[in-house]
Order: sequence, then C-alpha cells, then structure tokens
Amino acid sequence: MRAAAILLLALLLLLPAAAGAAERAPFAIGYLEIAGDPRYVPVRNYTGLKLKTVKRPFSGAEAALRESRVVARALGLTLGLERAEAATPATLAAAARTMRDAAGIRVFLVDADADALLALADALRDDRVLLFNISETADRLRRADCRANLMHVIPSQAMLGDAMAQYLALANWRRVLVLRGELPADAVLADAFARSARKFGLKIVATKDFVLSNDPRERGRNNVRLLTAEPAHDVVFLADSHGEFGRYVPYQTHRPRPVVGSEGLVAAAWHWAWERHGAPQLNQRFEKQAGREMRDADWAAWAAVRLIVEALIRTGSTEFDALAAYLKGDALTFDAYKGNPASFRPWNNQLRQPVLLHTHNAVAARAPLDGFLHRTDILDTLGIDEPESSCRF
Amino acid sequence: MTRIPPRCALMYCALAIAAVPARAEPSGRIYITNEKSSTITVLDGRTNAVVDEFETCARPRGIHFNIDRTQFFVGCADDNVIAVYEVATASLVHRIRKMEEPETFDLSPDGRYLVVSNEEDAAATKVNVETGRIEGEAELGEEPEGVLFTRDGSTVYVASEAANLVHVINFADMAVRADIFVGTRPRRFALTPDEKELWVSAELAGEVDIIDTATNKLIGDILFLPPGFRREQVTPVDLLITRDGKTAYVALGRANHVGVVDVASRKIVEYILVGKRPWGLALNRDESLLYVANGLSDDVSIIETKSRKVLKSVPVGLVPYGILIDD
Repeated sequence: MRAAAILLLALLLLLPAAAGAAERAPFAIGYLEIAGDPRYVPVRNYTGLKLKTVKRPFSGAEAALRESRVVARALGLTLGLERAEAATPATLAAAARTMRDAAGIRVFLVDADADALLALADALRDDRVLLFNISETADRLRRADCRANLMHVIPSQAMLGDAMAQYLALANWRRVLVLRGELPADAVLADAFARSARKFGLKIVATKDFVLSNDPRERGRNNVRLLTAEPAHDVVFLADSHGEFGRYVPYQTHRPRPVVGSEGLVAAAWHWAWERHGAPQLNQRFEKQAGREMRDADWAAWAAVRLIVEALIRTGSTEFDALAAYLKGDALTFDAYKGNPASFRPWNNQLRQPVLLHTHNAVAARAPLDGFLHRTDILDTLGIDEPESSCRF
Repeated sequence: MTRIPPRCALMYCALAIAAVPARAEPSGRIYITNEKSSTITVLDGRTNAVVDEFETCARPRGIHFNIDRTQFFVGCADDNVIAVYEVATASLVHRIRKMEEPETFDLSPDGRYLVVSNEEDAAATKVNVETGRIEGEAELGEEPEGVLFTRDGSTVYVASEAANLVHVINFADMAVRADIFVGTRPRRFALTPDEKELWVSAELAGEVDIIDTATNKLIGDILFLPPGFRREQVTPVDLLITRDGKTAYVALGRANHVGVVDVASRKIVEYILVGKRPWGLALNRDESLLYVANGLSDDVSIIETKSRKVLKSVPVGLVPYGILIDD
C-alpha cells in the first residue's frame, strides 16, 4: 500500500515535467561558416612560434545557448543551434536554404569575410531571413555595401578606430605617428584610424610604411628607431595585421612613446580581463565551456544568440517578422555585458555598443569615454553616425 | 554570552551556536565587505570612523546576520566559501565550504537555512546553517543574484541577471513555482511590509519592476532618471523599503545617486547624490541613517534619512559591496 502510494506520488511528480517537455516548441538558430577560412589558419613564425591562433567562434554561440536553457523553460521552447560548414563561399546560400527548409530556420549567425557575407545577403535577399555578422569588421558593409538582411554584431573598424581616437584625445596625446604594413588589411586599419583621428581632432604627423626585412638598403623602412625618429609625435599608431613586425615596435622606438593599434593598447569588442558589468561571469562560463579565453568574434557569436533569445522573450513569439521587427526597433535594450544597453542602428544595422581598450592583460578603458557627448546616444560617438551614413537599404 | 573559540571543528561550533542566548548586546559595529581587496572594513557606528579592516576570503560580497545576530555570514565568490564570523569580535567561527560562487543569500526566517545564489552554477542552493550541508537546489537562469524570503519562509524569490527572470521558489522542496520575465538584468528585491508587492531592480532597464505576489504578474514599474542623466547611465541595484512601508530607497549605480520613492504613489520624491556607482544599501535600526556602498569610489556615504542629506563619506576598502549594521 505504502509502496504504491510512493509510486503514485512519483508519477504525479513526473507528470508535469513530461507534459512540459512535450508542449515545448522547437526553435532553432543557424550557424554558417566556410571550410578552410583563411582567417583561422594560424599565423606562424619560422621558429615555430605561433603569432596568432584564432579559433572559430562557434563556442560563443554554444555558450549563449547553454545559458539560455532556463529562459527556454520559461518560454516553453526548446532552443537549438544548427551548424553548417559550406565548402566554398558560393555554397553558403544553399546551406542556409537547406536549413530553412529542413528546420524552418530563418535567423543565422554567419562567420565569413566581407565578400562572402555580401554574396550571401544578396542571394537570400527575398528569402525572409536575418543574417548576423559575427566576425567581419569592414566598414564598407556598414556604408555603401550595407544590406537590409545583414545585422552587424561585431563592431566596425570605424567604431574601433573612434574608441582609440577618443582615448588619445582625452589623454592629450594628439600628435600621432602611423606605421603601416604592406598588406591590404594594414591599409584598412590605417585608413579607419585616419578617419577617426580627423573626427576627434588628432593630428597624424606622418604615415610611414614599414617592411619586414633586414635589408640594410631598406633601413629607413625596416628599422623601428629610424622609422620613429621624426617628426615629433606623442604616440605611435601601428597598423600591422600580421604581427611579426609589430611585436618588435614597443620599447624600440627612438623616443619613449607609447604604441597603440595592433600592439600595446588595442581596441576590441571584448577581452578576457574585462571585469565589470557581469563580464567575469561571462568569461568564466565561456572558458569553462571552450577551454580558452573569449575573443571578439566569440563574444559576437554569444551576443547574436542572446539577441535572438531576447527577441523571443520580449515578443513572446517565434514568428520571423515579429522577431526581426523587434530586433531592428528602438525597444531593444540588450545587455552586452559592457554597461550601456546595446541596440541596432536603424541606418546601417550595426549594433551600437561600448568598445574596450585593452593591453595584454588589462582593460585600460571603455569607450565612449567620459566627456564625449552625442545628441541622442553617446554610443553613437563610436562609428558611422546617421548624418554621415551612406547606407541605403 | 557564550564564548566561541576562534578556531573550532564544525560540529563543536554547531553546539556552541545552539547554546548562545537569544539576543546579544549590539556591538555598535558596522561591517562592510570589499569585493576587490577581499577585506572587511569595520566602522564604529557612533562615530562612523574606521576602526578596523581585516582580510577575509576572496571576493566577499553578500553579508547577513544569523537569527540572533550573534554571528554573520559572508559569501566569498572566488573561494567558494561562506565564512561565519562572530559579530562582537569579528573573529572567524567557521567556513561553509563547497559553495559554488556564492554571491548573495538570505536567511530563512527560522534561522536554520541560507538560500544562496550560485552565480556560476545557475542555481540557488538551500544550505543548512548548522551542518553546512546542501539540502536542496533549484536550477535557475544564468547569474542568479538577489535572494529574498517571504516572512513565513514558504517562498523564496531569486533574480537571474542574465536570464531577465525572477524565479518564485517553493522553499520546502526548492521547486520553481513560476518564472517571471522582468526588465533587463534584474538584481535585488524588496517586499512591501504587507508582502503584496515585490519590487525588483532591473539594472540595465534603469527601472524597478513591481510584481503582484498573488498573481506573479508585473503590475508596474518606476523609471529613474536623475536630472542631467541619460537612461543608459541609470543602473539601479540595491533597494530597501522602510518598515512602515512608506519609503523606498534605490541605489542607482552609475547615476551616482540614491532614488527616494514614495511607495504608495510610486513617485520619485528625491535623488540624493552619493559616491561613484552605489550598489549596497543598509538602514540602521531606527532608520535614521542610510548607508550606501559606492563601489567605484571605494567609500561609504552616510545619509540622514530625515533631511535626505549626506552627512559623511567614509573611505573603506576596494570596491565596497555589502553593509551590515549591528546596532
């Protein structure tokens, strides 16, 4: 009798849980990437040192999904993340359509470079999908090459440059010597910074191209002391996307001047040493899951999933149109773990957000810095503001 | 008063605690946890001068009395420990170990249990104060934060910062009875004295949301905006409601003010300028003084509640968080 009662009790306890699970509707988020993406090939030095090892940011999306499980419980949803790797950029759209047709997926995180993102956004223009750029900082995607179905979670190069320029302006290190490498990506960094310097009243006293060589005939371009001898400057901005030259610039300059940009003080979406606004908890969760430190694209992947979950919460709907309208609307107050509530700029679909300025082991400042004002939202002091936007959807 | 040896085995301590008389003489001390320097600052409650600062476990945050106010608990997130101190002497009595990142907690009204929010574990645990054992757990949203018991001890509310949820938990079996979506980044609670309304601060929404405890539905909100500030600069965290249920105090974080609210009309009646990023709040026994922990200016502001003026600000340790007043 007693055993039967216990059994009955157990069944009663189980029932609501089982019923709850059965009632949960599935909602899946897509994740697209490209096989052999050169951005994830480690940059090696000839001595076997790895200068850069960048891991795919999928772990960020996984971390966000994992931390949304109780939200899903409260929403009565089962959240899923479906990952697809396209063999080439050209097959990305087909991969997205396959996921949409098989699982009804209409929101995708996309880890691809500018050209691949643009081609994908164009191919899916009439497919009622929303694509979240989690790793490409190129400004052109926020300017003339913007697309209505392409949302940028990762900050633009202009935002990163503006954050740095604010820092230098506030420190009153206004005379800047720019050292620029030979790669196209180096020119992108230098150009973005030049725009930011103009915006915040810094003076670029010279832009010098460096080369990675030991050739004595080229010493004017490969010797850091000679490169930094003149003209007089307060700070060196280094545009070196590869990193081999740049790592020898700090402490080698002719004058005792700080180095910023690609070395020294760096502007970024995220850093493992960020210790405010809940960041330690996020960093610990990510490290536990991924076994490494969280970087910019990891953070952006995490944020993209959390943005979609936020839309599910606030709309109480899984309908694509409702979710897209909420995300693009002005009611969004997204917790980016960087203080100010983040939301998408309607003029170019860029997530407005603070930018961190970090050294190798500390976050020195969070931009926008104190004193930089804006008529509507101080976050819009970073990046391409509405009046200067050339984006037309 | 029963003397408690500074170092004792857990079981022996439990016996010692049981033998303590009902209510100890107040020491007049004020304890402040400093989460970055991992210290506790002690103020003399009469002079508000710093009389001591001592090392405690790593990243101390939440601080609470035990039932008869002879001891207090300190949650240390980086050591996964709740340390128990004697109030009168500030000597360490024992440690409750194996707590996953305890941040804040509340004591059950019978004094026998703590419900602890485990920030990293996305759970709230029910800890037996005497044995230090975990006797129950509720699975919650990420970064659970504020914990608050109802007076009868039947229900405990826990906020999940990252999930934007308030969880209503049945204390006996730690079953989640309801999940309530609130504004972005919910942090702390206050109940009105009649327990009809639960007030919860939503840090990133810059507001306090009001929940009807009978229906578990949101019935109102109060948006804070001190003059000269923008919405994104207002980040409310701790809040208190006075015993008469008339006034609420809300620490507004980066807005560097404490908001004073008339509870009945839900109108903001004053903003009091304090130090940088105030979070923790505590009222003294007769509610004449409000203590405010300013996390980013490393000091405590002391407000006279009658005049709503800051009387004094006292430098303490790095990133002060919680305040406990033994008066």
